[in-house]
Amino acid sequence: MKPLQPVSAPARVSYGVGFFALFVAVWAVATLGGFVPKLFLASPITMVEEGWALMTVHGFAYDIGITIWRVVGGFVLAAAIALPLGIMMGAYKPVEAFFEPFVSFARYLPASAFIPLLILWAGIGETQKLLVIFIGSFFQLVLMIAVAVGGVRRDLVDAAYTLGSSDRSVVARVLLPNAAPEIAEILRMVLGWAWTYVIVAELIGSSSGIGHMITDSQALLNTGQIIFGIIVIGLIGLISDFLFKWANQRLFPWASA
Amino acid sequence: MNKLSIEGVGKLFAGRGESQPTRALMPATLDIADKDFITILGPSGCGKSTLLRIVAGLETASEGRVLLDGRPVTGPGADRGMVFQSYTLFPWLTIIENIAFGLRERGVAETQRLDVARRWAQQVGLKGFENHYPKQLSGGMQQRTAIARALANDPEILLLDEPFGALDNQTRALMQEMLLGIWEREAKTVMFVTHDVEEAIFMASRVVVMSARPGRIKADIAVDLPHPRPYTIKTSAAFVALKERLVEEIRAEVMASA
Repeated sequence: MKPLQPVSAPARVSYGVGFFALFVAVWAVATLGGFVPKLFLASPITMVEEGWALMTVHGFAYDIGITIWRVVGGFVLAAAIALPLGIMMGAYKPVEAFFEPFVSFARYLPASAFIPLLILWAGIGETQKLLVIFIGSFFQLVLMIAVAVGGVRRDLVDAAYTLGSSDRSVVARVLLPNAAPEIAEILRMVLGWAWTYVIVAELIGSSSGIGHMITDSQALLNTGQIIFGIIVIGLIGLISDFLFKWANQRLFPWASA
Repeated sequence: MNKLSIEGVGKLFAGRGESQPTRALMPATLDIADKDFITILGPSGCGKSTLLRIVAGLETASEGRVLLDGRPVTGPGADRGMVFQSYTLFPWLTIIENIAFGLRERGVAETQRLDVARRWAQQVGLKGFENHYPKQLSGGMQQRTAIARALANDPEILLLDEPFGALDNQTRALMQEMLLGIWEREAKTVMFVTHDVEEAIFMASRVVVMSARPGRIKADIAVDLPHPRPYTIKTSAAFVALKERLVEEIRAEVMASA
């Protein structure tokens, strides 16, 4: 191996798949070989059986749908407000000076710690779940979008002015298109974080969703179902990531290296 | 008639905290005639770019004023097109869209602005690259596009800030010929900043030499070489004599600042 030497595409895929296989193999040996008690960790085979039962008997597809809706709903809400605010902050320094200190502080407030308060305020319905996602992603989005918009090369702005652009036009036709690929990347990343918040929200005071299934399974000591739930979350995250990456490359062909 | 008048324009940069403000540019006075091509020649850091940026309206003068067609310059505008040393094409726009940017800002209809842009793409030798993105083009081609983008706006004066500074020598020579050819055809007023003596002479009808920082105008030399100027003129006796004289002027300044 030489440092930084690139890997061919087929080799890259087989390496990637290889580690997944190794991981499952170690898991299978540990459980099926009797090295770990069944009570603590289900074997891959049990996990698949439990998963099948979840999907066919217990209507787990509905829970998956509910969870996806909560993540997407809360995230879209956060993005809808974070986008204009972040753009304003990135473009206009007084706006940034007004909001930035508070948002910087608020981003460190742990979204999960708000759950008891949110239950008090909004009950245990959907509003509370959406709010957890909202709090978890909104402040992060605002700050990162502001940085992306403000990070424009100064000489591009100068060039636009010498071509007759007005201040508004510089924002709409230079700052925005310049930051668009980075904003899309930020949305992709923060959506990933939103997935961790939704599960936490569903672990407490919920009667549906993947997180709720996981707490139920814990009460029954059904580690197979818990692992299946975790894997489903991972898979959905992976799919949404792929979709975002694909869309970003299609939307911003000029940005890819 | 004067196209551009620079009247006692100087620049001081504010010092940090207790420190004194630094002077980047001594008050400079300079008149540029209509359809003239002048080069501003000076060592690095002499304030020549600052002067150009003040004319463009991208920086404010600490004293003095700039008049374009008798009207004072208060900020940047489409009447003073600018080409920068760094590559400043908009990466999200194709070559043709980049060239048409200024026309779009002015609200020119799409078909019309694309017509103009196509014509300029052809003028600077970019036919066939209209739908490429800037990153797919070489540095020389990007600067051609930048020149076309500034000219498509039909500015009163074209300002160039060491536009070929980042290019290799051969490309640079070709670009000089191209720009000079455009100037000979279109009769634009041009203000061109450079630190390259040969470039300054080859392009200009007047070379303004600036001193080392803080910059002041040290000499104003007419270049009486005939037009059109082929690149072979660079080895002619008149050119070489002028070059010797300017090299001496600049050398003294570089020694003072280095």
